[in-house]
Amino acid sequence: MLTIDAAILDAIVAHARRDHPDEACGIVAGPAGSDRPERHVPMENAARSMTFYEFDSKEQLKLWREMDDADEEPVVVYHSHTATEAYPSRTDVSFAGEPGAHYLLVSTRDPELTEVRSFRIVDGAVTEEPVQVVNAVVDPNAVQKYLFGQSPATVDYECRTGN
Amino acid sequence: MAIEVRIPTILRSYTGGAKTVEGSGDTIADLLNDLDSRHAGIKDRLITGEGGLHRFVNVYINDEDVRFLGALDAKLNDGDSVTILPAVAGGAFAFAAAHALRG
Repeated sequence: MLTIDAAILDAIVAHARRDHPDEACGIVAGPAGSDRPERHVPMENAARSMTFYEFDSKEQLKLWREMDDADEEPVVVYHSHTATEAYPSRTDVSFAGEPGAHYLLVSTRDPELTEVRSFRIVDGAVTEEPVQVVNAVVDPNAVQKYLFGQSPATVDYECRTGN
Repeated sequence: MAIEVRIPTILRSYTGGAKTVEGSGDTIADLLNDLDSRHAGIKDRLITGEGGLHRFVNVYINDEDVRFLGALDAKLNDGDSVTILPAVAGGAFAFAAAHALRG
């Protein structure tokens, strides 16, 4: 299960909405071994594409060194799909190189409903996992709606219903 | 000639869990051959059947991506540090090449 702070998730979704219709990407770093995503780092999509994302290789090296020095790891690797569902594509699976990370996908295909789903991708195998949002503040004026899709056996909905 | 090589999590199964190993070689290609002699199989994860660097792997000499230094022919000097990182990439477009490249 991915446990993530509402403020960080909001910042990820805001990044995805801001870059729409291009795909947005980034990570959330956390202390190594903790499984706690604490430091949101939005990255440039060097591909600047509606169907592909790629970290700039120099920016990635800098960030990975920074994490190494701070004894952090990429707890969450996120990106958006802007016209399709929040499910890893074959390309996503081919490139997935962080077996310890939660791969968070955000779909911005619907302007009002944001799909957020989390996956483990290890050796080409995709496993969906529940997302638990902590420290969520109920905002009666919220216009953003979230849809969390999870595997039926482990549903842990934390849907936020706005107006 | 001693080169320090930093190994990403996904390839540490080849290095007995080690984050850093030592290697030698005049070029990246030599270095990968040297690493493969002690960590069998690691080279195949980095190089395609056609003999080029995999699209989804980044290799750096010190701070520079080897794609800008001649790729596998990039020259190494004693004391250089080589970092291997899985490229962070993907996206909705399922292009066949990405799938075919999977090592």
